[in-house]
Amino acid sequence: MSRSASSAPALHRRPAVRALRSLLAGLLFALCTLLAISPPVHAEDFDYRLQPRELAPGAWVVVGLKEDFSFANGGNIVNTGFIVGSEGVIVIDTGSSKRYGEQMLAAIRRVTPLPIVLVVNTHQHPDHFLGNQAFPRATLAALPETIAAIRSEGEGFNANMYRLNGDWMRDTEVVVPERALAAGRQRIGGRDVELRALGGHTVADLVVIDHDSGTVYAADLLFHDRTPTTPHADIARWLAALDTLEGLPARRWVPGHGEPATDLAPLRQTRDYLGWLAQTIRAGAESGQDMTELFQTPIPPRFAGLALVNEEFRRSVVHLFPAAERAVLEAARAKASR
Amino acid sequence: MTPSARPALAWIAAATTALGMLATAAAPAQAASSVPAASTPAPSASTAPTAAAGTQADPLDSPRWEDMRKSFFADATVVFDERVRVSGPAVAEDSLNVPVSVDASGLPAVEELIVFADFNPIVKALRFEPGAAQPRLGFRIKLQQSSPVRAAARTADGVWHVGGAWVTATGGGCTLPSVGSGSPEWQERLNEVNGKLWPRVDGGERLRMRIIHPMDTGLAAGIPAFHIEDIVITDAEGRTLSRIQPLEPVSENPSFTLDLRAAAPGARLHVAGRDNNGNRIDAWVTR
Repeated sequence: MSRSASSAPALHRRPAVRALRSLLAGLLFALCTLLAISPPVHAEDFDYRLQPRELAPGAWVVVGLKEDFSFANGGNIVNTGFIVGSEGVIVIDTGSSKRYGEQMLAAIRRVTPLPIVLVVNTHQHPDHFLGNQAFPRATLAALPETIAAIRSEGEGFNANMYRLNGDWMRDTEVVVPERALAAGRQRIGGRDVELRALGGHTVADLVVIDHDSGTVYAADLLFHDRTPTTPHADIARWLAALDTLEGLPARRWVPGHGEPATDLAPLRQTRDYLGWLAQTIRAGAESGQDMTELFQTPIPPRFAGLALVNEEFRRSVVHLFPAAERAVLEAARAKASR
Repeated sequence: MTPSARPALAWIAAATTALGMLATAAAPAQAASSVPAASTPAPSASTAPTAAAGTQADPLDSPRWEDMRKSFFADATVVFDERVRVSGPAVAEDSLNVPVSVDASGLPAVEELIVFADFNPIVKALRFEPGAAQPRLGFRIKLQQSSPVRAAARTADGVWHVGGAWVTATGGGCTLPSVGSGSPEWQERLNEVNGKLWPRVDGGERLRMRIIHPMDTGLAAGIPAFHIEDIVITDAEGRTLSRIQPLEPVSENPSFTLDLRAAAPGARLHVAGRDNNGNRIDAWVTR
């Protein structure tokens, strides 16, 4: 990401340098070809190599990388899941592209021939719904606020994902789920499943509880060893959602990003980081800091194990500081005019 | 997870960076490039040797530099100077609100600062006469695409000192309508100043303020340019302390951070000004 800034100026360097660059580029290409150096993921065949893991009988997860979107990973940075009941399959999120959705469906077919009865998009972010094309349209469902958000923001997300992931996205189109979900416990596909409508990471975050196995698919309300992201976050609401989650009778947790866990580690990590983030931004606004000064805040050592913490902290400052600043400045004006 | 303003095609970027490093090793003149090769929006500042810009290559290596030099500085002496620092994210998370701080406090007697972005459709973002303030200013701008963001400080001897940093942006910052132009809020609160003072440990006073204004660029279809053009800060005794002249690229509901060298008498400051339609700004700011 870096000096990607510089892709523009690089086109206009002095002729000598340009010539040198072409030469070097040629050499590098030749070297790569000769030595058959390939990127870490298998970009050449656009195969995500999805490997479903069975956490408990019938409760499956496909774990993504703890990275940001890139051509190298093709957008495979998200956890998706599926629950296999006696009569059908429930799919939890469809991944970041049409190819992901297709490859996920193929992976499910290696496990079971049962029909797909429900496909949920847990929230509005693109790595959770851009694989929708691969699944029967009538099975696609989400909370009403999520449906509205995908309808209004989906195309913009999709365009950005093409920019970030390149040809991995080929033919990916936004398919807006039409079925609105309501919270509640019912038998789906022959499985005892409960849907919880929470929020805070985005306007609506759906949690799927598989009571038969005690598995909670918490989507992006939980991050594990990966820094939480906040472009649509309401931190106070998110923290309240974590309290709700903690009260659930769970035997194992599937976070939206990072390794599944059988203890509360993902929940505690997410709560600790979000609490620190909100406090840091509030304190910065109250002490009169500018946004660029807040960027320099040292990250406490206890968060060193969270992937991308430096990057995500600065992104979160951009997301969350304007509201904190506005609150401080408007309160000052109200006080002054009394 | 969501992507927002992130660089296009990171793999091209990675290749460019790799080649850039090779080319840099072979051509020392390229080493002045200032943006850290980190994947984060790390704050960055220019590091160019001081030399007449007419003879020294642009440390940011922008093909637009020569046009910038001609249009802003004409025949004046211009030097690239690491004492003029531009801090911002290397990657703009939100192209409509790119936080930028400029700081020329390492220079003596700065009379005027201008800020511009080479590749923005409206290049110049603002002009700042620090006066009784430190020659540094925090604000936010709209970026239409990746661009150098530069500050030029004119010292008392008439020399322009230029620093800058590249900011990557995926775009759309200038040609999108403002949020405010579609809502009634700005009509009711237009030019409302929300500000606060903080006494500083160095004996000075920090002013932070946010002014309600759509700051329309005129580049979105059917919406004419409409922006604050003048902000004058005076003390309780009517002395002019500092002046900011924003232009279209400054973000909607602009927010500014500036540091006055001395404490404000009576712990209050007056903010006056106008937009390009003649609507007045008139408010007191206190601790």
